[in-house]
Amino acid sequence: MSLSVSLVSAERKLWSGAATSVIARTAEGEIGILSGHEPVLAILADGGVVRIESEGAGRITAAVHGGFLSVDHDEVILLAEVAELADEIDAARAQAALDRARSEESEAATAAAHRAEARLRAVAGVHH
Amino acid sequence: MGAQLRVYRGRIRSVKATKKITKAMELIASSRIVKAQQRIEAASPYTNALVRAISAAASNGSTAHPLTHPRGEERVRAAVCFVTADRGMAGGYSSNVIREAEALTNLLKGEGLDVKHYIVGRKGVNFYRFRERPIAGQWTGFTDQPRYEHAQAIAAGLLEALQAPLAEGGVDEIHIVYTLFHNMAQQEVRVRRLIPMEVVEVSYEEAVEREIVLPLYDFEPAAETVLDALLPKYVTNLVWNALLQAAASEHAARRRAMKSATDNAEELIKSLTRQANQARQAEITQEISEIVGGADALASAK
Repeated sequence: MSLSVSLVSAERKLWSGAATSVIARTAEGEIGILSGHEPVLAILADGGVVRIESEGAGRITAAVHGGFLSVDHDEVILLAEVAELADEIDAARAQAALDRARSEESEAATAAAHRAEARLRAVAGVHH
Repeated sequence: MGAQLRVYRGRIRSVKATKKITKAMELIASSRIVKAQQRIEAASPYTNALVRAISAAASNGSTAHPLTHPRGEERVRAAVCFVTADRGMAGGYSSNVIREAEALTNLLKGEGLDVKHYIVGRKGVNFYRFRERPIAGQWTGFTDQPRYEHAQAIAAGLLEALQAPLAEGGVDEIHIVYTLFHNMAQQEVRVRRLIPMEVVEVSYEEAVEREIVLPLYDFEPAAETVLDALLPKYVTNLVWNALLQAAASEHAARRRAMKSATDNAEELIKSLTRQANQARQAEITQEISEIVGGADALASAK
């Protein structure tokens, strides 16, 4: 049995397909989902990285901001207001955004820094 | 060339120039409708999943949440947000929305509520500014191609009003007026209540039939916290959807208005050409009769 996963952002569907496992970070900590998981509705931590071990397409990594996850009958839906696949992230731009955000001190800048960090982590494939 | 003929030719030239512009605007609008339609479709998986999650969380949480329940015993103030166009040349698009918003305002005022207006689009803002009416919030400059950030900004403004204390201008209801895009030929002004959310009661049998039975989710963190986190997403999503629908409708309305302008210009060119021909013919006739008359006079003088 495999999971049917879809990663959806507010503007479009980013990825969908079969996968063996999904790892994400919720507000309360890491969550790993395998086939047969009980139904869960969880809020994802801001600036988190999601890792999907897909069947056939290798590992899919994405940075998600302001999202949540629902699991029901081996159907996993990852929703995020803004989400980016690692392949589509421009590491240099994310680094520049991080440097810019760190030089300022405001709530918005801190949030921007978190987002940029998540993007960089997604590109590097590091998950923490 | 006679004076009258020159006037006709000048007018034909100017109408032709206008026709070129309206034709170009018509083509631009038609190409943008398709893009706008695709964006509406691309956004629907998110909306569906979000609505499902909210229904699950709302039906689980027993506490009265501001999302689904009125804040106090009495309704005091309502926010009306409406989406108009930034530019004109779209027929009755903006004025239809404004008219519907006015009707809603009157209805709410009739129920004894205070109404605050949040306006999207320059046309609506100008309408209010000209009449010197207060505007609680305004956003302009993106109605033909909205981005998600715009929806987030508008939703943030509305949520701020929802969370503010009633004594300081907080609201307990949020309504949104926008134009729903059915297809190229049909758009309809829609009034929707965002908050409190309209909960539809469905019997168990009906739910099974329509496959909307919700799983017994394990919430992480608690159901109320999840609902709290989903509230802004829900409002943002509805605003986003309204902006996308409105953008598609705006292009459709503009295309229609520009198509009839082009048709009218063609009609005008046709009738002006006819009049110009008539004037030219009259001129020639006059010249001939002058020559004939002159020759006659010469012949009779001999």
